[in-house]
Amino acid sequence: MNLSRTGLAWALALVTLFLFGAGLAAGSDGWSWPSHGVDDRAWAAIVGQIRAPRTLGAWAVGALLGLAGAVAQGLFRNPLADPYLLGSAAGASLAVVAVLALGAGAWALPVAMARWAEVGLVVAAFLGALGGLALTLLLARGAASTPRLLLSGVVVGVMLTAVSDLLTLASPDALRGRQGFLLGHTGYLGWDAVAWLLPGLLLTAAVAWRLSRVLDALALGEDGALSLGLDLPRLRAALVAVLALSTGLAVAHAGLVAFVGLVAPHLVRRAVPGRHGTVLLASAAMGGVLLLAADVAARTLLAPRELPVGVLTAVLGGGYLLWRLGRDAQAGGARP
Amino acid sequence: MRLAAQGLTVRHGRHEALRDVRVGFDTGWTAVVGPNGAGKSTLLRALAGLCAPHAGQVLLDGRPLVELTPRERGRRLAWLAQHGDAAGDLTARDVVALGRLPHTGLFSTPGLADEAAIDEAMQATGCAAWAGRRLASLSGGERQRVLLARALAVQAPVVLLDEPTTHLDPPQQVAVVRLLRELSRDRSVVTVLHDLPLALQAQRLLVLDQGRVAAEGASGDPAVHRALQTVFGDALQIRQLEGTWVAVPRVD
Repeated sequence: MNLSRTGLAWALALVTLFLFGAGLAAGSDGWSWPSHGVDDRAWAAIVGQIRAPRTLGAWAVGALLGLAGAVAQGLFRNPLADPYLLGSAAGASLAVVAVLALGAGAWALPVAMARWAEVGLVVAAFLGALGGLALTLLLARGAASTPRLLLSGVVVGVMLTAVSDLLTLASPDALRGRQGFLLGHTGYLGWDAVAWLLPGLLLTAAVAWRLSRVLDALALGEDGALSLGLDLPRLRAALVAVLALSTGLAVAHAGLVAFVGLVAPHLVRRAVPGRHGTVLLASAAMGGVLLLAADVAARTLLAPRELPVGVLTAVLGGGYLLWRLGRDAQAGGARP
Repeated sequence: MRLAAQGLTVRHGRHEALRDVRVGFDTGWTAVVGPNGAGKSTLLRALAGLCAPHAGQVLLDGRPLVELTPRERGRRLAWLAQHGDAAGDLTARDVVALGRLPHTGLFSTPGLADEAAIDEAMQATGCAAWAGRRLASLSGGERQRVLLARALAVQAPVVLLDEPTTHLDPPQQVAVVRLLRELSRDRSVVTVLHDLPLALQAQRLLVLDQGRVAAEGASGDPAVHRALQTVFGDALQIRQLEGTWVAVPRVD
């Protein structure tokens, strides 16, 4: 299905608005509104302090992952590249776990010190994402071969997750409360997280958009891009930094959320194929929509119990990819 | 000489793809020919500054290529890859527009002159009709014409084309030969060509064998023809047909 850019922008804006409304209304006991007899001030506190930051934060995490996926797929010229499959999300997760294990009491610190602990978490996640990605690329000897890249990403992901598990076992007190977070959870997102996520999203999206022509040029292959006079090593490093920062920010605040980074750019490219400038921004918006929808579903499907949103995105994203693979196989191997 | 290789040696691991190649290119069309693995594509990549030589250097208008900024090099040397290595969801026009990147840089939008250069390149290769189609949806020949247009859109004084006629049917091959002749009036055009009848339409031939220059000269030069026959193991003969040199396979 091909849409115009304007059509896609309107569609994403309308769905986002609807989901923001749903996010404000979805509570631990299903849908709730002020008219349900809840005290106005209590309701305002619930919405203002819990649901609103969570809704905005979930959208921002999804947008960061969608952006990271689009950058990864353009950068490595591989439609199956995404932060989760490239090992960068697992690297960021391991770094977060390591910081938590090392500073086991950090969560009981006064507010001022806890803020510094959060800075440490984001920096660690960024470095972990870079490390995981570097390890995958090293193992795959570059990104030229899709099977080798994916296999390496899976191996690195499994290894780093195993190390995370070991650290969790070694420091159960500090990490027990973070188990849900490591499965991918948006329940911890408050205004302090939003204060990191939104500026981070603006920064990474702006840099990625400014460098989108590099991704266009890389469509001609590495030599093709070099022949156009691009200083490819530096530009590629800047894009890897964008990928790692957006992944690190998302993982530091919401844990491992699978498939959003993979599926969002796919949906966008099917709707409006074209230059990466459009694909990057639309993938961010699509990622936001996907994770917000998953978050609302995670809150309401089994209310009052809540599903970890990462589990839901893994099931839905994996299902989508399986369906696409089956359909493409029937169509004679169409593009992913 | 506008473009010159001085003692160029390029290694791929232990294999020496080019050995002490000394050759110059001025205005006109030179076709680089030779058997598989002779080092033709490697020579073109080295001339374009895309691989670092183990020894020797490439000079562009007397200046070592390595002294040029990447953007300056991009403006003055246009290069087309051998297999049209291009992917993604860009439209044909988007791909051709990439040829203006060395002029506009990453952060400027193309101006009227850039748009005119894109239109002109697409007209020249006959691909304007599918400007809005995704590259991935085009046939091999259509893709090749788009990628050729991308190289032409650079409007560089030196044009390096690796197999520009790949995937093209005979009428399109002839159109490309005419285009190369036209371009070579005021530019240095260097093409790698496997198709010897097409290569013989160039003004000069550079015969490579096992990474060395086996011969170079005018395409009608009998010494060059003999070298060609030798490097191809006498599997072909070169004859003149109605004033044009043609290569004929020697089957018997």
